[in-house]
Amino acid sequence: MTGKTLIYDGSFEGFLSCVFYVFEYKLANISIQSEFAIQNALFSENVTIITNTSKSDRVWKGLKQKASSISSTKIYYAFLSEQLGVENVLLNYIEYIFNSNEKVDTDFTQPSVLKTSQIAKNVSREKHRMEAFVRFKLTKDNIYFANIEPDFNVLPLISKHFKSRYADQKWVIYDIKRNYGLFYDLKTLEIVQMDFPKNFDFSKTDKNFFSEEEFEFQKLWQNYFKSTNITERKNMKLHVQHVPKRYWKYLSEKQPKF
Amino acid sequence: MSFDRTLEKLKILADAAKYDVSCSSSGSKRTNTNKGLGNATGMGICHSYTEDGRCVSLLKILLTNHCIFDCAYCVTRKSNDVKRAAFKVQEVVDLTINFYRRNYIEGLFLSSGIFKSADYTMERLVAVAKKLRLEENFNGYIHLKSIPGASDELMREAGLYADRLSVNIEIPTKSGLKLLAPDKNFEDFIKPMEKVKNEIIQYKTEKKIIKSTPKYAPAGQSTQMIVGASGENDFQILKTAEHYYKNFNLKRVYYSGYIPISLDDRLPKIGTEVPMLRENRLYQSDWLTRFYGFQTNEIVNLNHQNLDLDIDPKLSWALRNLHEFPVDVNKASKRMLARIPGVGMKSVAKILMARKYRKLNWEHLKKIGIAFNRAQYFLVCDSNLFERRDLSAKKLKAIILKNSNSKYDKLLSPQLNLFS
Repeated sequence: MTGKTLIYDGSFEGFLSCVFYVFEYKLANISIQSEFAIQNALFSENVTIITNTSKSDRVWKGLKQKASSISSTKIYYAFLSEQLGVENVLLNYIEYIFNSNEKVDTDFTQPSVLKTSQIAKNVSREKHRMEAFVRFKLTKDNIYFANIEPDFNVLPLISKHFKSRYADQKWVIYDIKRNYGLFYDLKTLEIVQMDFPKNFDFSKTDKNFFSEEEFEFQKLWQNYFKSTNITERKNMKLHVQHVPKRYWKYLSEKQPKF
Repeated sequence: MSFDRTLEKLKILADAAKYDVSCSSSGSKRTNTNKGLGNATGMGICHSYTEDGRCVSLLKILLTNHCIFDCAYCVTRKSNDVKRAAFKVQEVVDLTINFYRRNYIEGLFLSSGIFKSADYTMERLVAVAKKLRLEENFNGYIHLKSIPGASDELMREAGLYADRLSVNIEIPTKSGLKLLAPDKNFEDFIKPMEKVKNEIIQYKTEKKIIKSTPKYAPAGQSTQMIVGASGENDFQILKTAEHYYKNFNLKRVYYSGYIPISLDDRLPKIGTEVPMLRENRLYQSDWLTRFYGFQTNEIVNLNHQNLDLDIDPKLSWALRNLHEFPVDVNKASKRMLARIPGVGMKSVAKILMARKYRKLNWEHLKKIGIAFNRAQYFLVCDSNLFERRDLSAKKLKAIILKNSNSKYDKLLSPQLNLFS
């Protein structure tokens, strides 16, 4: 079987532009891949699709008409998972929605519907975890700084939460895996890219960067965390289930004691 | 603030507060409209989990562990030989704000030992909440303890600043209370609870007419009962819970397996196992009544006073009511779907949506995520494979247990060995 592979720029608009292209030329047997994750299939033809927001807007608008807002949100969430091949699951889902006369976006017996819903669930779980596990540290410049390393690209999903919560302090949340972050300067929220010194240890609190009282509050927090534990009920399995080990690196309460 | 002194106090007063299990930080409606700090809307967040697997959502501390009462089950009781400490109002405010700014917590859960009098103590708790709201512009979550016997005026004020108020009845029966907390008066517990209930009702009616009516305890009231300290059975506990849910519109009743902390011979000895499995079964029952449409009487009643430990309460109900089964997944009402063992409310919702498109078979159901091991005996779907044997409840239970792995196996196995 030979098919076309559509290559896009990695953005959600780019992906929707690919969907537009598929419908415009009534293509079948299509695979969509981000230019950052190209896996060349034998005998397949690559087409680079240029992101076009008027096209992507049309797809998105169409989706909103044929699917509930919950379902279209799920598509966006699943997209942010950046999982290999997720674009093809989403394409199947979107095709299924557009090709049916009835509303079918909640037909969980359809594999692409269920799969999208499951991936979206994973992303939303990680979003929620990031809302919980971000640990700000106060810098000498009076900015609350936090670094994260989420499995999925959840920064766009958590920005609103943090903006409405920390409206009176300057803060940065930086995704060191994807090398971009959010910066709130008391007025607006910006996407920023930062350069860090070489060998900068993100799990430590560097005296050169962070304020003195920062250490005191981390110490208080660590001790609180210890005191509030009930040893008679120790249950490490449950503990690790709730706070998976891959998140421990940047949790102040999980760092060695001061 | 002096960090060393605060640290010392924090250790003592967090340790003393940890036996209160309430941790919820959801259900409030405090939006950050004033460009202040914090936003307590809707969903709660657990920021961490301690090694016992319990969530850390709020900074849970006592204002002081000095107490004039001598309740046998309580670690801060007057006669207990422990270090005592007391926070200043400002210290609690600073800790809360600085922890919140670092995204450690959702807010504050402030309780206290009773020093001098109920009102004197309640006044201090209210002062902390007031300062946080008015001086610090804090919109995070605040849970205050209603001190038994506090005056109506103070309870009124408390609700204006707090999101949730709670008073722990701790001992479900009057006789148990008399035995373990002789200085405490049952009516004193009820009084603040009644006041808060009425204020919430009043707030809700006034809110309909005047939109700007100041909020009153938007996340409602809760309480806690200790399990396994005074010999009560599950029927008594769940009936008491039902009473409080109904008559005081409580949002939550918490169940706390008693952790032996006292040499008092009225209580289980130190080193006795914490009844965690029983506690778990109580929560499951609580969920069944709050979300699955069960009546308390269906789960426990005079003929069935204790919950089964080896199976969950829904399966237990189903085994006692086999005449209600099998349920046809493609036709049954939502109410009956929710009663199938191994089918949760999430699956119920998915089934209801998915069956509009086609009849569901086993493959569909498995993918939706039902617990097949339990559910298979209680339902029929679009397939001619289903349980055809007329199995007795006892036999069915044995088959299900044989094929399941419970995380509680270790706890259960000695009991099972006894009977095998």
